[in-house]
Amino acid sequence: MIYLDNAATTALRPEVFDTMIEYMRENYANPSSIYQKAGCAKVAMDVAREKIAKAISADHSNEIFFTGSGSESINWAIKSVVNNTTHGKHIITTKVEHPVVLRTCEFLEKQGFDVTYLPVDEFGMVDAQQVEEAILEGTILVAVMMANNEIGTIMPIAEIGEVIAKVNETRERSERILFFTDAIQAVGHIPVDVNALNVDMLALSGHKFYAPKGVGALYVRRGVKLMPLIHGGGQERGRRGGTENVSGIVGMGYAIDLAMAEMEAEITRQTELRDYLITQILEKIPHSRLNGHPIKRLPGNANITFDFIEGEGMLLMLDFNDIAASSGSACTSGSLDPSHVLLAVGLTHEQAHGSLRLSLGKDTTKQELDKLIEVLPNIVERLRQMSPLWEDYQRNSVT
Amino acid sequence: MYSEKVMDYFMNPRNMGEIENANGVGLVGNAKCGDIMKLYLDIDDATGIIRDAKFKTFGCGAAVATSSISTEMVIGKTIHEALDITNRSVTEALDGLPPLKIHCSLLAEEAIRSALWDYAQKKGIKIEGLQAPESTDHHHHLNDEE
Ligand SMILES: Cc1ncc(COP(=O)(O)O)c(C=O)c1O
Repeated sequence: MIYLDNAATTALRPEVFDTMIEYMRENYANPSSIYQKAGCAKVAMDVAREKIAKAISADHSNEIFFTGSGSESINWAIKSVVNNTTHGKHIITTKVEHPVVLRTCEFLEKQGFDVTYLPVDEFGMVDAQQVEEAILEGTILVAVMMANNEIGTIMPIAEIGEVIAKVNETRERSERILFFTDAIQAVGHIPVDVNALNVDMLALSGHKFYAPKGVGALYVRRGVKLMPLIHGGGQERGRRGGTENVSGIVGMGYAIDLAMAEMEAEITRQTELRDYLITQILEKIPHSRLNGHPIKRLPGNANITFDFIEGEGMLLMLDFNDIAASSGSACTSGSLDPSHVLLAVGLTHEQAHGSLRLSLGKDTTKQELDKLIEVLPNIVERLRQMSPLWEDYQRNSVT
Repeated sequence: MYSEKVMDYFMNPRNMGEIENANGVGLVGNAKCGDIMKLYLDIDDATGIIRDAKFKTFGCGAAVATSSISTEMVIGKTIHEALDITNRSVTEALDGLPPLKIHCSLLAEEAIRSALWDYAQKKGIKIEGLQAPESTDHHHHLNDEE
């Protein structure tokens, strides 16, 4: 199979899997216990925490809290801020966040919080000035994703962080605006430095960088209060009870290490492949356009809209050719509406339905992309032949 | 997720295309939910038998498959027999559809009714049991951006 859906999830690294097995089979002890075997598990978890901290340039490893998914990290961060805050009820976020952020904010709206959803430009970008202008006296939280999972656009997080820091200089310490970023698509793929970005909290998820599914982490800057999520034992410094997913945590620590070691080379390699893929597709297929920012985008993300056709058909035909990809069409989202991200960047409903996301990974080769480039034009052509929109367009352009 | 039959009708659609002098054309669905079906019928005025049917569809695999199989189901039938085709019979003919895709089979039923209505309008006749397609805003305007 040609796997071009690495933004959805990545393949677990075999060497990571081997290490994880050790922590299930031999080092199975509960890290909270007292004997030597337990000590091993505890140390392995500490090491993993240090590796995650180092990967995002956190100052202290105890600023890292392990979770059961990226979604959990996001929920925890946002709900913790609103729970710990009394000086306001206003949250700022964007229209292109992952559904986890959007649904959490909608939930809070029902609880009486006010949420500003910032619009984005044609590339899916917000700028720092928009954030600055949206800040109100009662603003308690700004949540902006670092890199978009659908269109790959990388947001100006450092600039936004600077604007918020400036506003915070005028506020009491207890009334600071906290800045959270969902960096789930970024960590392990592009440099992330919590100090350079000026963020207070950051979410990451293992399965996006070749670690197992079901393990993530939340970074919380020292001095920022974190609400206990699960009351129980003393795990995660009393904030998240429950015997830890030791093998998953160890696996994630190992995987981030490997990802960091390869990062620079992979950025160069995947960016080149991505631009080759985009150029070839836009050249070979008429009425196609790139979604997202041409340069400020994830090295592995290509998202293209083909007018007059619907995305699910493309995916089925690609699957028939043993190629895995995804789409912003409603049919693939489980709802009737197409991608909120593509609508936010200004696409019509038809166009949003006709998008294709190809996300490359560390194992993607040029040969694989060439196979895709070979079959895709025929697939698009076949679907256009079936489409009443294409028929209409052609009739109108002839007369 | 799809039955073999749905996949077969999607990958090898029967009766895909246009009928140049179709005397009944139905256009249903809208771009918002991502399905637009266009159904062409060639109906024998003397006998009321549907001689030929073709379709074009913008939509998912289920939308294409339901359009395609409904063309097969109407060919050779009289107008009245064609009116008996329901979304359920379309779904059954495809060995079932995933729950989220049932609306595609509803669209197919609507497309048949809409094409027959168009025929009746053109001929100035009344077809028993057939009302005007429900709401016009349900129908897709090709350049509508909603
Ligand atoms: C940007 C973004 N946020 C949140 C998530 C959710 O992460 P997880 O699947 O680990 O819960 C994802 C992954 O689907 C994502 O890409």
